[in-house]
Amino acid sequence: MKPMLRRAAYRTGMFFVSVALVAVLWELYKVVGPEKGGKLFGAPILPRSNDTAMPHVWEMLSRYAEPEQRSPNSNLIWFVVLKGAFYSFRLALVGFILGSTIGVALAALMSRFKTMERGLLPYLVVSQTVPLIALAPLVVSWGGKVQIFGFTWPRWLSASVLGAFLAFFPIAVGTLRGLKSAPAASLELMESYAASWKQTLFKLKFPAAIPFMVPAFKLGASGAVIGVVVAEISTGLKGGIGRLIIEYARQATADPAKVFTAVFGAAGLGLAMAGLVALADVLLMRNRPKETTT
Amino acid sequence: MRKSGKKLAVASFAALSLIVAACGGSSESEETAEPTACETTTPVSLQLQWVTQAQFAGYFAAQDQGFYADQCLDVTIVEGGVDIVPQTQLADGAVDFALSWVPKALASREAGANIVNIAQIFQRSGTLQVSFADAGITSSADFAGKKIGNWGFGNEFEIFAALTMNGIDPATGVELVQQQFDMAGLLAGDIDAAEAMTYNEYAMVLEAINPDTGELYTPEDFNVVSYEDEGVGMLQDAIWADADKLASDAAYRETAVKFVAASIQGWAFCRDNTEACRDIVVAQGSTLGASHQLWQMNEVNKLIWPAGLGAGVIDATAWDRTVSLAMDTKNLEGSTVLTAAPTDGAYTNDIVEEALTILDGLGVDYTGSAFTPIEVTLNEGGN
Repeated sequence: MKPMLRRAAYRTGMFFVSVALVAVLWELYKVVGPEKGGKLFGAPILPRSNDTAMPHVWEMLSRYAEPEQRSPNSNLIWFVVLKGAFYSFRLALVGFILGSTIGVALAALMSRFKTMERGLLPYLVVSQTVPLIALAPLVVSWGGKVQIFGFTWPRWLSASVLGAFLAFFPIAVGTLRGLKSAPAASLELMESYAASWKQTLFKLKFPAAIPFMVPAFKLGASGAVIGVVVAEISTGLKGGIGRLIIEYARQATADPAKVFTAVFGAAGLGLAMAGLVALADVLLMRNRPKETTT
Repeated sequence: MRKSGKKLAVASFAALSLIVAACGGSSESEETAEPTACETTTPVSLQLQWVTQAQFAGYFAAQDQGFYADQCLDVTIVEGGVDIVPQTQLADGAVDFALSWVPKALASREAGANIVNIAQIFQRSGTLQVSFADAGITSSADFAGKKIGNWGFGNEFEIFAALTMNGIDPATGVELVQQQFDMAGLLAGDIDAAEAMTYNEYAMVLEAINPDTGELYTPEDFNVVSYEDEGVGMLQDAIWADADKLASDAAYRETAVKFVAASIQGWAFCRDNTEACRDIVVAQGSTLGASHQLWQMNEVNKLIWPAGLGAGVIDATAWDRTVSLAMDTKNLEGSTVLTAAPTDGAYTNDIVEEALTILDGLGVDYTGSAFTPIEVTLNEGGN
């Protein structure tokens, strides 16, 4: 347990060091970078370093402690952003659960039937090339319209579905790869026991797949966050961090630090989701024997 | 160790949910109207072009003040987003009514969406081209050779119309710059003249600090070219309905009349109660600052009132001008917004005239001939 704790502390430390490093680089660029932006080989690629385009790190941070608006009953920004992030988090979690259920089911199906894999996999790849922003208004229009057994489709569920749409793909592909990773010797052993397909799947293939599934689930988790945030931006769904980003972005002319508070909130949300998967991994794997058959 | 960790997690989760529970549930609008004798209420949905802001105050006011309820309507106001095209939502049947600018909606109509303009809420165009005073751009004739910002997405037609009017070739005579929906490009000097709505982006520059003085920019720092004044203004926010349903479904038609009547009643309320309407919009959860919203409310009132023919009535002259500009103005690719004149039934005054009759009965002033705008002082960041 001890070395694990030390590793966790080291990782957390490194995370903060890297964040601080980015902040230092940001401020450094503000000092040396061109105030009005610069051209490199004729193309305007050097971003302008003035306070409107790149507010100081401390301005962005101190903005969190200021009220959202200067009206008497306005909440402080950190609270508004946290609230928005938590709203989006719940949608992303629903999307992630949906996406991982579908992803794992598809992977199991594809590993069982070779024809399924041949037939389905290309469609899965194609599905990921459909631009999310084209899909979003369509899916959102189901809100309040589609009724399944008396259950009216709420608007927020559309955002979760788009999150699931981004989440299921890495999970399906990663799990499929994992399910195929069971060593041939073990498979032969299961066969010699006359184990059923189900037994082989749950006693051998899934445990063997876990090292592949964990990174896939992490990708899926951040995918779910992206899907939800894009859906919120694209359709103006109220309450979440995506909506805050578009609203604050339009106020950037006079209050440039404000939009960054929401952007950091979205980034933190992605980290939190991936962290949740990592935590689940640690909790699930702590009793797993270190020795593996190879 | 592990156990206490779990407890901590549970406790913090509980705390978080408490916070969330405490914040939720306050945004619902309260019914302030007296309960009326409605046998049944008709559910109606309205698609906005953007998120909640004073541009749509009349509808929120009609809901808040119970004008919709008086007409036995249960109205759901659906906010827009980056990729929501209101007239498409309407044509797809996702909503009952939608707000849209006339040229954009006519382009969708030409593409097959069978929709009809039933009330022209904004009688005037609110589009401006804003530049720094020292750039010397006082009319659209001065655009030649300048960097002209535009938003695209169908919001740029008036710019092209002005260029065409002045004989300026959009491809070679000016440098057209794609502009974000903010004014940072103008302030940074990327754009000589930036596209702005009177009720939104123009206020944004007046809410920003002038680095030379350390104080807010003032109107004297800028030149403003108004497309309405230039004579190339196109009709903007109008209520659109499903043309098929309007023709075949008597109940939908009746709903449309009531909806337009109550909406205009809402706008009349906002004309007479500018600050109250600002508060209604702010209570709906807009994140824009209070002085910005009041400015927006006041400017939107100027686009609606006074309404000589009666609010919502489509002025044939303005309509014909919008259509002919949409047909004749060539953009960068040389194509026009409309390839042919709209087929019959692109607009009707039947609905709004019946609606105004209802308002006559209620004693609502729908011309606003005595309307005078208020003075609004903008604060930094619109707060």
